[in-house]
Amino acid sequence: MAETIMRARNIRKSFNIGTENELEILHGIDLDIHKGEFVSIVGTSGSGKSTFMNILGLLDRPTSGDYELNGIDVSSAADNELSHIRNKEIGFVFQTYNLIPRTSALKNVELPMLYARVPERERRERAEMLLELVGMKERMHHTPDELSGGQKQRVAIARSLVNHPSMILADEPTGALDSNTGRIVMDLFHRLHEENGITIVLITHSNELAEETERVITLRDGNIIGETVGKFSKNHDLRKH
Amino acid sequence: MLIENIKLCLTGLMANKIRTFLTMLGIIIGIAAMIAIMTVSDAMNKSVMSSMGSMGADKIEVFLTQKSYDDSTSREMKNSDYFNDRMFEELSNKFEGRITGIALSKSIGSSRVENGKLYANVDIRGLNPMALAGENLTILSGRSITEKDEEASAKVALVSDKYVQKIFQDDNASALGKEIEVLVDNKYYTYTIVGVYQYVDSGMTAGFSQEDISTIVYIPFSVAQMQVENGDLYDEFSVKASNGTDPASLSMEIQDYINTTFYQDNDAYESYSYSMKEQLKQMNAMLNTQKNAFMAIGAIALLVGGIGVMNIMIVSITERTREIGTRKALGATNNDIRIQFIIEAMMICLLGGMIGIIVGLSFGILATKVMGFQGSASVGGIVVCVLFSMAFGLFFGYYPANKAAKMNPIEALRYE
Repeated sequence: MAETIMRARNIRKSFNIGTENELEILHGIDLDIHKGEFVSIVGTSGSGKSTFMNILGLLDRPTSGDYELNGIDVSSAADNELSHIRNKEIGFVFQTYNLIPRTSALKNVELPMLYARVPERERRERAEMLLELVGMKERMHHTPDELSGGQKQRVAIARSLVNHPSMILADEPTGALDSNTGRIVMDLFHRLHEENGITIVLITHSNELAEETERVITLRDGNIIGETVGKFSKNHDLRKH
Repeated sequence: MLIENIKLCLTGLMANKIRTFLTMLGIIIGIAAMIAIMTVSDAMNKSVMSSMGSMGADKIEVFLTQKSYDDSTSREMKNSDYFNDRMFEELSNKFEGRITGIALSKSIGSSRVENGKLYANVDIRGLNPMALAGENLTILSGRSITEKDEEASAKVALVSDKYVQKIFQDDNASALGKEIEVLVDNKYYTYTIVGVYQYVDSGMTAGFSQEDISTIVYIPFSVAQMQVENGDLYDEFSVKASNGTDPASLSMEIQDYINTTFYQDNDAYESYSYSMKEQLKQMNAMLNTQKNAFMAIGAIALLVGGIGVMNIMIVSITERTREIGTRKALGATNNDIRIQFIIEAMMICLLGGMIGIIVGLSFGILATKVMGFQGSASVGGIVVCVLFSMAFGLFFGYYPANKAAKMNPIEALRYE
């Protein structure tokens, strides 16, 4: 078994703590993710999927439970440390791309490195290399306004990779795309996973997409109710459709 | 990181030119007003100070004044109330060595001299050699009035180059030997021009049209004494303190001496004296007060501009909530976000400040030109304004920037 990159134990999350409306959304989730895995987390809205993703992505803290990322215990980290860990260990891909407006694709990809205080030349080199990897090098001087949805998502994927994160956290990455461009983006994830050994956590409500991954974790009402092996693992043909 | 932030901020500001400009406008107007005021008032100060300074800080002026403004003691002046030559003699003996002489002048009056369609306004004054020396005239052509002219009561005159320009419309030498005839109190007086001096703007003529400025025609003191009534009575005179004597204390002593010696028994009048040094000090204080008052008005304009910047920054931050959420997700710390927006506010204020300095200087120098002063940029003022506008950016940028820094990344990312 490959090295465990993320270990979550008994993660609970409540809102409105101490008031009459106290509400527990996550009821003690245990999850391990291994290096190089392509995992999907599925669930309908209200399943606690988004809350869990926010905790996985260090945007939120669990009310209780232990969370270890790449050997770092992040449960007790301060806000500033969380920012640094997010910056280094997690690559976000959002449904709505979230590129910085009026800023070129290249500058967008460079942004996480700016916060990591990477020197200018290295930033430029790495950004160009990753834009080439996602097939966007020719358009790197375009601003988000001048790019299509699929192109924007490819830039966002390049951006998620620049600091060599432990894992990519993709939240409904094809949610705003038509099926063709969605396919291109999914293929890109498969390629990054297979050829570059990148760990990817895909959060989606679509069972169909989830089936493409190696491991499907199903959330309902704040609990993991099932874990199945996806069809993808060795099925290379799938990508040709 | 700082340079990156500044670059990033500049591209952002460039992308939204109209909004950026409108935001800056308040700062531009505020700074421009401050700089214009500073330029004009510095020019005025410099001009007034230098003209008063050229009269000599060691000069002491002595006047006649009423003992009180009470009606019971107030009356018309009699001949015996005036200063006279006997007093000057005693004064000279008493303060021998501490004063270098007594400067006396007699004014004949003002007149308008015409030559066909050409005209010039003049004041005719007779000055004794001591007083003439105090005028620090630069003779451009011909000669000055000499002791010989005094003794002989020669009807000679010195006119200004401005007078020559207006009346003769020719070079200064052309005026030499010509006559100048003036009409004062229905009497004509005629003098021969022997010299032309350089006119110096006293700085006191602000507001007068250059055409109407009256220049002085100097004539020998002895001539003036003969041409006016009571030529040997004076209501004012001035003395010069010799080197090493403090003009301020000498001024007090002279006043005391004259009052105890000559005006003890006078029921209505006494002397009053002051030194130019004190006068300069007072003038300086007054001009500074005036400048500060104007500056306060400029500062209010700047304050309004600063509030405008804060307003726009708050709007801008709300608009960019998603961007802030994204940046935080990508690893920006609260401090990174805070610095980004503070820099943005400071850049707006700094750019606005620079434009304001250029606008203010242009207006200020233009205004001083119109008023007839020598205007120049006040370096200190510019430095203060640059620092001030940066401080404003920091002050008015901090609250919005802090608001941005404290945003919850999850909510910010979800913001529509």
